[in-house]
Amino acid sequence: MTAARWFKMYALGYLVFLYAPILLLPIFAFNDGTIIAFPLQGFTTKWFSQMFGNATLALAVKNSLIIAVSSAVLATCLGVFAARAATRYTFPGKGGIIGLIMLPLVLPEIIVAVSLLGVLLGLGVSLGIWTVILGHVLICTPYAIAILNSAFQSLDRSLEEAAYDLGESRLSTFRLIILPLVAPGIVSSLLISFTISLDEFIIAFFLAGTEPTLPVYIFSQFRFPQAVPAIMALGTILVLLSIMLLAIAEYFRRRGIAKSGGKDTGGFL
Amino acid sequence: MANRLHRLGRSEAANGLVLVSPPAIFAVLLLAAPLGLLFLYSFLTDGYLTILWEFTFQNYRDAWSDPLVRTVMLRSLGVSMMVTAITVLLAFPVAYFVSFHVRPDRKSLWLFLITIPFWTSYLIRVFLWKVILGYNGVLNSGLLGLGLIDEPLTFILYNVNAVVITLAHAYAPFAILPIFVALEKIDRSLLEAGRDLGESDLMTFWRVTLPLSMSGVVAAVLIVFIPTIGDYVTPQLVGGPEGRMVANIIHLQYLRLDNYPAGSAIAVSAMVMVTAISLLFLFLNRRFLRGRK
Repeated sequence: MTAARWFKMYALGYLVFLYAPILLLPIFAFNDGTIIAFPLQGFTTKWFSQMFGNATLALAVKNSLIIAVSSAVLATCLGVFAARAATRYTFPGKGGIIGLIMLPLVLPEIIVAVSLLGVLLGLGVSLGIWTVILGHVLICTPYAIAILNSAFQSLDRSLEEAAYDLGESRLSTFRLIILPLVAPGIVSSLLISFTISLDEFIIAFFLAGTEPTLPVYIFSQFRFPQAVPAIMALGTILVLLSIMLLAIAEYFRRRGIAKSGGKDTGGFL
Repeated sequence: MANRLHRLGRSEAANGLVLVSPPAIFAVLLLAAPLGLLFLYSFLTDGYLTILWEFTFQNYRDAWSDPLVRTVMLRSLGVSMMVTAITVLLAFPVAYFVSFHVRPDRKSLWLFLITIPFWTSYLIRVFLWKVILGYNGVLNSGLLGLGLIDEPLTFILYNVNAVVITLAHAYAPFAILPIFVALEKIDRSLLEAGRDLGESDLMTFWRVTLPLSMSGVVAAVLIVFIPTIGDYVTPQLVGGPEGRMVANIIHLQYLRLDNYPAGSAIAVSAMVMVTAISLLFLFLNRRFLRGRK
């Protein structure tokens, strides 16, 4: 019993370690001083108001939203194909094909970034928002597949067969039976992909050309100490937003598993 | 009958291939082909702002004879290995706790709490480690306030230590999840059997739980080790000049010096080393991975 107590204390301490930087964020976002250090200087909301009048930031937000929405939709579409194929069919070369699609999960992002940069510039393509989208779809798809796999895995095959027996075609069965059952998984995959794309830096840094995205903008501001408090304010908002999105994603993921009668094995991966 | 079954099997395979083709074609065009080109570039000659189609090993010779590149490359490997060891060792008890001591209906909540920080503002988290580890940082002011140290510690920022701490923090959830999954799969009656046969709790852990969870540990090691070697942000922000890693020189070659062949040679060298070490690691652990699908 005491061993269990020790483990719990260790795990709680570990959570503190995990959350330490994030907990500091709001403290400095409301701190009335340009230097990000203790002791604190007093309460202010000026960093938040400063943020709202910033035109470059507004452009970066707009770009990032376009990129994140497009990447999430495309990655989830590709993910549906891959997850359906992986859970329902056996075909030659399955391991290799799925392995290649999942590879960006472990490949260092800088390798993905420079190899794409080489191809795009080799083809004479000019860099911009859509080149970032291509890169982000590549890295979001494995996460989408991981989430969608568990949604498709818990599908009862007999429901599908019943639909065929009742005269539905392959396509209408997918639309009427399978899609509604995996819909929560799809929502969850969209939200996770959106969050990953919104936060991704390296690929955007290499492939965005002159278009700023949110993380690229944030990175550029770190060079100017006087700009950092406003970044803390921005970060606070971003963290709250991501936690909200992830919580909704988790809700849908669990609902999806419950809906199709599967057992929750926990976690996104 | 056999013929029909055969045809059915073939159509199933065909269906599967058709279905997987959109993501597969995307991955071939935007992942396999670019990686192939990266490999090709590393053997070509850099003509200022263009690439000359002259086959050469010069890029590799240049990269490996440059003491700076060599140092950074070895440092990156060292940092990755340290980060991996620390991350996995710290993560194991957490995964064990969640799998064995948390009520089943609470497990998802714990995993959710563990994964949240992983998906929020990577850049800002790294920057905040600078705030924590800095001269006037949270850690130093805390320790000074408690009277544990007389002057701020300086060995924790702008060097390899800072890079290791920050990366170990960033990759923590990546290590916990695979270990957790492996622990969840262990048949609990095996542990009872171990105890019934007179083993102590510790010996049961050592002889039953640990070997059975090794597949998760191996996955955790690889999933932390491989991406960390290519991290750019952390060494750039908290590493200082003596904490630079291989991604920083790749970036320098590509975007600052516009020398794609040289950058590609360094990138390929790093990937080959990482792959070799990973394969060696898999080979050394092969007895834990056999027959457990």
